Amino acid sequence: MIWWILRRLGQMLIVLFGVVSLAFLLVYAVPADPASTLAGPNASAATIASIHAQLGLDNPLWQQYFGFIGRLLTGDLGTSYVLRETPVFGRIVAALPTTLMVAVGGILWQIILGVPAGIFAAYRRGSWVDRLITFLSLIGLSAPPFWLGLLLIYYFAFTWGLFPLNGLGSPVFWYLVLPTFTLGAGGGAWYARMTRTNMIETLDSPFVRMARAKGMPERVILWRHSFRHIAIPLLTMIGLDFGYFLGGVVIVETVFGLNGIGRLAFDAISNLDTPMIVGTVLFAAIFIVVVNFIVDLLYSVIDPRVRLNS
Amino acid sequence: MSALLEVSDLVVDFPTAADGVFHAVDSVSFTVSAGERVGIVGESGSGKSLTSQALMRLVPEPGTVSSGSVLFEGADVMAFSAKKLQKWRGSQTAMVFQDPMSSLNPLMRIGRQITESLQKHLGLSKAESRTRAIELLQRVGIPDAESRLSDFPGAFSGGMRQRVCIAIATACSPKLIIADEPTTALDVTVQAQVLDLLDHMATELNTGVILISHDLGVISSFCDRILVMYAGRIVEEGTAEQIVGDPQHPYTKALLSSILRLSEPIPRRLKPISGAPPLAGQRASGCSFAPRCALAIDACRTLDPALVPASNASPGQRVACGVAAPAAFELADEVTAA
Repeated sequence: MIWWILRRLGQMLIVLFGVVSLAFLLVYAVPADPASTLAGPNASAATIASIHAQLGLDNPLWQQYFGFIGRLLTGDLGTSYVLRETPVFGRIVAALPTTLMVAVGGILWQIILGVPAGIFAAYRRGSWVDRLITFLSLIGLSAPPFWLGLLLIYYFAFTWGLFPLNGLGSPVFWYLVLPTFTLGAGGGAWYARMTRTNMIETLDSPFVRMARAKGMPERVILWRHSFRHIAIPLLTMIGLDFGYFLGGVVIVETVFGLNGIGRLAFDAISNLDTPMIVGTVLFAAIFIVVVNFIVDLLYSVIDPRVRLNS
Repeated sequence: MSALLEVSDLVVDFPTAADGVFHAVDSVSFTVSAGERVGIVGESGSGKSLTSQALMRLVPEPGTVSSGSVLFEGADVMAFSAKKLQKWRGSQTAMVFQDPMSSLNPLMRIGRQITESLQKHLGLSKAESRTRAIELLQRVGIPDAESRLSDFPGAFSGGMRQRVCIAIATACSPKLIIADEPTTALDVTVQAQVLDLLDHMATELNTGVILISHDLGVISSFCDRILVMYAGRIVEEGTAEQIVGDPQHPYTKALLSSILRLSEPIPRRLKPISGAPPLAGQRASGCSFAPRCALAIDACRTLDPALVPASNASPGQRVACGVAAPAAFELADEVTAA
């Protein structure tokens, strides 16, 4: 167990190192000059040259790279090219609560919308309810989030005034309903499909037939005997989505005017703001790696057949 | 012995691709008395497992029990409400399935899988059901029963798991146990132990047993009475002695001659039954065994023989073969004419 954790931590560090290096080199490979982007279209060659010197962009790549990695090891992500004097780390940490709330809310919607519907559809397979759920999930899967978000804003916020238009305020819960729903609707449809498939497979298995032969009520068969079996793939999906959402959900944050990590990353890429790009990528990678680690730990809690040391 | 279970004219249908129906179990009738062991033997696809599932109303979709009745102590099982059915399953009747690897829930502790029936059917408390579960595991010969309650099925070997399944089946002292190929998935050495255990438990509780197997050797050593099934029908029935000692139906004879006997010189090659059983929905007129039967006469290809008393005058032995018992064809005629 302890060895498994140590080995996983080692693997996580290697992955993070790889991700950071790749992000750094990819930005460098973009055929555009951060200094001229920063200086604007009317800047003189001298201005651009001085910005170059200031940001150390004249140094050879390997020097820039090792300088960056060296600072990173001391916990310094550098300062943003665009927002001078602003440490990247501070900016990301400031944007984190918003992204965290949106991510958690999105996951909750996915579970609320998807899991009961999927279980019900599986249990009543072939019925009109099953077909209705399949149809609704098709709509959920096909609706692009930016379109859904704008639609929700137009009707629920603008026309009917039920929810605030955008941004964050108090009570924060109220401001989060529409963006998190927008984020979770597509995933919810996906969860419904996956849950249905997994539940059908479970309900067809011999141990469910055995439970029926034992005279167990259907309610017990669904929850006590079957739910754990669908919880494992569900946990995998939740883990992947959560890591992904924490990396910043650009579209939802943009549509709803939320200043989360997604917006930060988007702006950084538009400005070729290398330290900020690498910083947001690093955070996204950390979230994905950590959540995966937690999910793997949870597998062993749910399923006794999973052994961590193997 | 009073009749515990009375099955009459049971038919299980499956829809076929061509909008038709296929009788996977066709007009099966038999009775089981209290404490009696009845064996059902037949090849794969003969409908023996489906028959047992139909008794418990566990026929997998899209199959349906389209006609016939199942009376348990006189009560019509097919008319049971969902609630009544749940009460009856597990307490009055129990099932042991073929594959103990997948019949136990891999994500539930063994203890819980035993105690849940005890709590539901016998109304025992948590502590009482735990004590009883330990007794049950000890009775089926699982060492260290108390500590094994908290183990998951993965920690048990195949034979041990089937012991656990038998413990679960016998938990509420049912009057009837249906064992569907309980030893097929096990090693030969373990098979005998599991059968002995089933035998022991059935004797102790005076439980009626329906044992389903493709293995006539297993069936004849365990059962009082044997039903031989072929293509969804009972083709011969009688006591174990009658079936093994004086089989009447050519199919039963062929099954017996395909078994090795230690009392006779071991042949260089076993004698298989040539051909294969009819495919689902492709049954021709006449006796369904006729295409594989060495004794078939012209009448066999047109007349579907009825199950009639065997012409060897053995009491209780019945056979569905017009060659072995001409009355089978006479009755078949009547059926066709009606």
